[in-house]
Order: sequence, then structure tokens, then C-alpha cells
Amino acid sequence: MNFLAVGVIYRREMARFFRTFLQSLLAPVISTSLYFVVFGAAIGSRIEEVEGVSYGAFIVPGLIMLSVMGQATSNASFGIYFPKFSGTIYEFLSAPVSFLEVVLGFVGGAATKAFIIGLIILATSFLFVDLTIAHPLAMLAFLVLTCVSFSLMGFIIGIWAENFEQLSLIPLLIITPLVFLGGAFYSASMLPPLWQTITHFNPVFYLISGFRWAFFEQADVPVAVSLAAIAAFTAICLAFIWWIFRTGWKIRA
Amino acid sequence: MTDIVTVEKLVKRYKGGFEALKGVDLAIREGEILALLGPNGAGKTTLISAICGITMPSSGSVRVGGKDVVKEYRDTRSMIGLVPQEVNLELFETVWNQVRFSRGLFDKAPDDAFLEEMLKGLSLWDKKDSKTIELSGGMKRRVLIAKALSHNPRILFLDEPTAGVDVELRRGMWETVAELKRQGVTIILTTHYIEEAEAIADRIGIISAGKILLVEEKDSLMARLSQKELRIELAEPLDRVPEALADTGLTLAEDGRRLVYSYDTAGGGGTGITALLSRLKEGGVRMTDISTHQSSLEEIFVDLVEHDGADRQETAQ
Ligand SMILES: Nc1ncnc2c1ncn2[C@@H]1O[C@H](COP(=O)(O)OP(=O)(O)OP(=O)(O)O)[C@@H](O)[C@H]1O
Ligand SMILES: [Mg+2]
Repeated sequence: MNFLAVGVIYRREMARFFRTFLQSLLAPVISTSLYFVVFGAAIGSRIEEVEGVSYGAFIVPGLIMLSVMGQATSNASFGIYFPKFSGTIYEFLSAPVSFLEVVLGFVGGAATKAFIIGLIILATSFLFVDLTIAHPLAMLAFLVLTCVSFSLMGFIIGIWAENFEQLSLIPLLIITPLVFLGGAFYSASMLPPLWQTITHFNPVFYLISGFRWAFFEQADVPVAVSLAAIAAFTAICLAFIWWIFRTGWKIRA
Repeated sequence: MTDIVTVEKLVKRYKGGFEALKGVDLAIREGEILALLGPNGAGKTTLISAICGITMPSSGSVRVGGKDVVKEYRDTRSMIGLVPQEVNLELFETVWNQVRFSRGLFDKAPDDAFLEEMLKGLSLWDKKDSKTIELSGGMKRRVLIAKALSHNPRILFLDEPTAGVDVELRRGMWETVAELKRQGVTIILTTHYIEEAEAIADRIGIISAGKILLVEEKDSLMARLSQKELRIELAEPLDRVPEALADTGLTLAEDGRRLVYSYDTAGGGGTGITALLSRLKEGGVRMTDISTHQSSLEEIFVDLVEHDGADRQETAQ
């Protein structure tokens, strides 16, 4: 195992993040604040409570998920797409590193960034709403798993993408709708029966539900189901990455 | 000398079926400088890429230091430094960060003293905190070399290292290469410049259309290049070389309008030109022009390529 290589890749990704730390930080803080103003204040004044939790607090887990999933995906996909685009990938291909080490470096970096942003959004939320976290450890565990699994997916997208349009297409076309329709801003029980059924096919729904359970001890589905869902998603991404590794898909012509 | 790289029956077929390498055999000796010459699209970069691990061979085998480049890639790649043809660098990273990164990627513990020495040797030390975008083209090429050398490779591949580099810098690079050879590094470089191969290589390989046509000691190849021709244009065409001049070795060309005399400049002795010219005068041969001609590596090359083509046509019939 070439740990030195993992280390330099990881550090380079993190250095890039900290170089633009203010930008990286400002964007999620501002957009979260806007969500609180629009959803929390405007809609919250009409809904008041969802399952015993104030609406402002209720949307916090969904808001964090929305940002974290987007950040993890785009960080990881840009991270690996850029060397492909600029040609510097030749160095990874000619170095004594396995695909696993490259994945660890890039995905580790992207997941760490997304995790930091998740915590920052959480901290911002405390400024707007009263919030107590019922299971802090479970909350952190869900957060880490989400960061890692979506970074894995981002990595795959980055390898697959052949231009910048494709790179931003997936987050825009898939992740944002899935998060919005996955109950980020409402409880599935508030929907008509047909839509409830459809929602159960949305993988993000299980993540948000589990994450919300860690905050408020109540969820749309049992927390074990949520855990199983995120484990399955991670496993699918890992299997896909293993397949890329075996075949050299899109990397070694 | 032992062979440090052996390539056997290497075939590379790109997606779409195009064969960029059509069964290449090549042995590279430890400690030598081998220059690979060939026209655009000959397969030089593809050959290097297959040895370094950038592309997967379709069939055949490549061994580096006795290890297989596919199965034992960690061992083989640790031995190799690669300077790619294209200037591919992180635009916003400093020189120093880039060489440290490369060293780590190749599983070598940080060694700032060594990197400092190396950057000084490449005249890059005062640029160590500059970003790639702040460097000139020649400096960028040297950064590529610095990255390749950052992990003390035993074998260095230079893919057209002096393309677009001025004369002075080119000489500087040749010196760097010579110094690396003194340190025991095996060097393979591709080039379009014959003088470059002549100036630094021990052996010269010629590749065309995915096949190695020849690998030869530079000195013996250069001896072939020392052959010159004296061309004598005649006022009136002849149907054969005059009897009186038969022992001079003259031949007729251009439908009898030209006499050709071959001689060697390398031997050190006389070329026989003075004697020949006076005998021509005695023989009453009237000339309109005289010129000399040296066969270039290109001509040897074209010759080889044409023969190769003719061979293939024969086998096809
Ligand atoms: N990724 C690729 N897919 C398909 N064909 C390719 C690919 N890379 C190279 N080729 C083809 O393979 C052949 C050999 O290319 P290569 O880059 O090895 O040539 P070269 O000898 O390095 O040429 P040059 O002197 O121009 O650098 C060319 O015909 C090229 O078009
Ligand atoms: Mg080339």
C-alpha cells in the first residue's frame, strides 16, 4: 500500500479547499440562511409544527443533506475530472499507485470538505432555530456515510464525464430533484398516498429520514432501513469503482 | 551490458481497431542513451506509454528490470521517470509543491535537500515558489523533468524533450542528460532532430508505422552517413562510362546525363576527387555543373521505410 501517495493526493485536495476557504464557506452559509428566511420564516409561519418539531428546526437535516450531497458529488467529480482535462492524469497512471489509493486520496479529500461544510451549515442553523440533537453520534455517522458515498458517486461521474457540461448535469438533473422530492422540506406523511409510494423509490428519502431520526428521534421509515439503504448505495458505488479498476474504463485507452 | 527494458511482440490496438504498434521488439541496455527517431504518428509515444503504464498493451509483453509492467506494475513504475510530450502541469501549483507531490506519489519519503539539489541542477531553484502559469515554456519543460527526477528513477523517458526549445536551452538539456547518464540512469528519448540523436545517443532506433525498422550503434549509423557523392552533370549524355574511366568507379545516372562518384569522408585518407577531375579533363568529358551530396539520416530512413513497404507488398502477393 502506497500511503505516501494517498497522503499527497489528500493534502493537495485539502490545500485547494483551504486556499479558497472563504468562498467555500460563504456560499453554503448564505444559501442556508436564504432557505431559513424563505422556508423557515415564510412557510414556517403557516405550518408551525411537523410531528412535534418546529418547521424551522424540521428542515435543518434536509438542508444539511442538500448541501452535503451536492458538495461531495461536485468536489469529487471535479477533483478527478480536472487531471483528466488538463492532462496531468498521466502522472497518476505512470506512478506506482493502485486505483484504490487514488480513490482514497480523492474521495477522502472530497468527503472531508463536504463534512466540514455540513458542520458549518449545522452551526449556522443554531443561529436561526432552537435545535437539540437527540443522537449526536448517530448524526455524525450518517453525515460521514453520506459524505463518503456521494463522494464515491462523484468520483465515478468525474471519470465518466467527457466535458464540463456532463460534469454539472448529474448534480443538477438527479441529486437536486431527489433531495427536494425526498422529503428535505416536508414529511412524507404529509403527501397523498400515491406520492408516498413513489417517494419510497427515492434512495435519498431514506438518508434524510435516518438523518432526521438522529436529530428528533422520529422518522418516516425505521432507522435500520435507512442504514441499510445507505450501506447498499455505498456498496453499489464501490462495486462500480472496482469494475472501473478492473477494466481501466475511460482511463487507460 | 544487461538489458533493463525488453519489449516483445508488443501490439497496441486502439479503440476502433487502429494498430499503433504492430509487434514491436526492443531491448534497451542498462545505462545507455537510446534515441528513438520516427515521423509523426510512428508510435513513439504509444510505445513509451505502454512501457510506463499509461496504456494497456493489447498483446505482447514488456519487462522492466526483469518485472512485468502489467502484473508487477509497482516495481516497474518505481524505476521509471517519464517526461511526457505535452506540457501537462497544474497551472496554479508552485514548482516546489509539484515536485514534492510527484515524489510522494512515487512512494518516496520527503527529502527536501535532495529536491533542492535537483532544482538547482535544472536552474529552477529561484523559481521554486512560482506557479506554473508564471513560467516560460522552456521552464515548464524543465519542471516536467524535475517531476520525473523527483523520485530518483533508474530509467528516464523523455518524449520530445526539446521540441520548441531554443538552441541554448537544448544544449543545457543535453548536458543534463549526459550528467544523468554519468550517474547511471538509462535514458530513452524521442526526437525529430537528427543532430540531437547524433549529439547524445549511444544507439539510435528508427520506428515507422508501428514497427521498429532498425536499432543500431550511433557510430556505425553515422559511418553510413559519411558516404558522399560527387555529381557531375554532363553537357552531352553518354550511353556508358567511357572505357578510359572504367576503373574510377563512376556510374551513370539520369539517362546518361550525370556521372556519379561515391567516396567516404570518414576514412581520413584522400577522397580521390582531384585525380578524378584531372582524368575527366584528359578524357575530354564536358561538364556543365558539379555538386556534392551527402546522404542524410532522412534518406537512410526513407530508404528503410520504402524497403519495408516493398517487402510487405511482396509478401502480400
Ligand atoms: N488514444 C488514441 N486513440 C486512437 N488512436 C491513437 C491514440 N493515440 C494515438 N493514436 C494513433 O496512434 C498512432 C501513433 O501515435 P503516437 O502518438 O504514438 O505517435 P508518435 O510517434 O508519438 O508521433 P509524434 O511524433 O507526432 O509525437 C497515430 O496514428 C495516432 O493517431
Ligand atoms: Mg509522440
